[in-house]
Amino acid sequence: MAERLLEIENLRVEYHTDDGVVTAVDNLKLHLNKGQTLGLVGETGAGKTTTALSIMRLVPAPPGRIVSGTVRFRDEDLLKKRIDDIKKIRGNKISMIFQDPMTSLNPVLTIGFQIEEAVMLHQGLDRKAARRRAAEMLRLVGIPAEREGDYPHEFSGGMRQRVGIAMALSCNPELLIADEPTTALDVTIQAQVLELMKRLREQFSTSMLLITHDLGVVAEVCDHVAIMYAGTIVEYADVTTLFTNPRHPYTRGLFGSIPSLDEEVTRLKPITGLMPDPTALPSGCRFHPRCPMAGEICSSRIPQVTELDNDHSVHCMIYEGLVPGYEE
Amino acid sequence: MHRYILRRLFLLIPVMFGVSLVVFTIMFFTPGDPAKLMLGERAPEAEVAALRAQMGLDDPFPVQFGRFIYNAVRGDLGRSLVTRRPVFQELYARFPATLQLAAAGVLVAVVMGIPIGILSATRQYSAFDAASMGIALVGVSMPNFWQGMMMILLFSVTLGVFPSSGYGTIRHLVMPALTIGTSTAAIITRMTRSSMLEVVRQDYIRTARAKGLSESVVINRHALKNALIPIVTVIGLQFGYLLGGAVLTESIFSWPGVGRLMVDAIRQKDYPVVQGGVLLLALTFSVVNLGVDILYAYIDPRIKAQYK
Repeated sequence: MAERLLEIENLRVEYHTDDGVVTAVDNLKLHLNKGQTLGLVGETGAGKTTTALSIMRLVPAPPGRIVSGTVRFRDEDLLKKRIDDIKKIRGNKISMIFQDPMTSLNPVLTIGFQIEEAVMLHQGLDRKAARRRAAEMLRLVGIPAEREGDYPHEFSGGMRQRVGIAMALSCNPELLIADEPTTALDVTIQAQVLELMKRLREQFSTSMLLITHDLGVVAEVCDHVAIMYAGTIVEYADVTTLFTNPRHPYTRGLFGSIPSLDEEVTRLKPITGLMPDPTALPSGCRFHPRCPMAGEICSSRIPQVTELDNDHSVHCMIYEGLVPGYEE
Repeated sequence: MHRYILRRLFLLIPVMFGVSLVVFTIMFFTPGDPAKLMLGERAPEAEVAALRAQMGLDDPFPVQFGRFIYNAVRGDLGRSLVTRRPVFQELYARFPATLQLAAAGVLVAVVMGIPIGILSATRQYSAFDAASMGIALVGVSMPNFWQGMMMILLFSVTLGVFPSSGYGTIRHLVMPALTIGTSTAAIITRMTRSSMLEVVRQDYIRTARAKGLSESVVINRHALKNALIPIVTVIGLQFGYLLGGAVLTESIFSWPGVGRLMVDAIRQKDYPVVQGGVLLLALTFSVVNLGVDILYAYIDPRIKAQYK
């Protein structure tokens, strides 16, 4: 069995707002093996970013609070570590690429310096060596090293995301968390950036947690996929299994909302309804109000995990035998 | 950048011309005859008329204004009607004291305001934050003259640690500088706090934290520089304001600055001194603002890119 790099269990994160307590992540469980890429897929507001920030212990507090759970990275529970020890891991062993390259770089510092400071901090390099490292990283992501003295506003969005990638990989992390790294980019640039990340991930043999809502990106890059809905994982499988044999009604709904090239369809089949209001989550299975398969029990009982074959698990009453399933 | 500064300096010419026109016009139409003022109320009519002719006061407005501008450009702002000394010399003698007081006041304000503002922002809603915001509110609300008098009462009359008036040593500077610096410190504290609170919510601060940087590096290196633009703007405006507006403080502490000179000049209808004083303050205000604009470029490269 492959070596576990990251394992999250029972994670619960709340935001305390004026409108009440929002449970952004609840009872979340997922794992990532060394050298692999896990796609974390879900709609906006499903809690993907909160999950990522929890790993880094960057959930803004207040209003956020990690209530319970474990985040095991190698053999250590990150949630139990002192914040000073976490700072030695951030940007070093685990680093992060953020969604919006237009706002995630500091506008008053040169891009070279923003790469160098992490390298100086974690690798103990002096200014000169750090500058060489920054130049090397810039070259790797396709930016001429001469531009290290330029400021973020002098680059396009795609270039800035390349800088973000260079920054994240500069200390050769074991785990790279990419939070919708291509969402804010033009479609043509998306493919380039994705290709670059894929290449560098292999070159640096970094494991990756890729957050996205784009199933096309998942198919392109990921080994495993975790489908997230309203703060929890509803289905986890390797990418081939998930695409050929999705089990959870939500996952099936996601695939139903993608147009197929083979079929003659005039309208897409969207999942009916909207994501639930996070301050007033439905009882029982979070998905039951929108689920075409829901039975009576779904509104009162929280579904337990069902392990199917081949590292494929699903949280659904159907597979617990409590609700009639699909006719295969 | 150099071209930008040159252009801004060039722009001072129309600004100063405009200020001159306004000031000269106001003084021109203010009731009171300068010649009569110089010779006294009981001077014979013929003598007054002769002096008026000699001073060119009977010439039409454009001629008088033209003469004023022509002389001013050569550094001749006329002579004080009271002391008969050149206005330029009067101002030149007083300006260092004003500059010293304003600079000391701003220094006090910056040294207190920025650190307290940062601490308040990083500990939002803490007891420290509440206390410093409360004190800042008192600081902006407290009238200068009242604070000055209270300080004299406490530190000069009761404790006898600082002289109540005079000019020349650091000890003389302490109370006036604290008096004019207090409200500025309060304004800077509040501005620093709100600007920092705005900046620490930005994505790039999260990026900085995600790199594993310590909180002090995140705040001082990544946040402060971004928060500085509005703070520097306020400092510049306050500095300009203190240069011209320290009249009350100068009066209370008998500080020999331009503010007091002008108040006296207005009272005595010594219009050349008033004109010269206003021009000087307008000029320093413009120069300080230019300095602030140049400083922007050093803080924010995006602004520098616009200074072409």
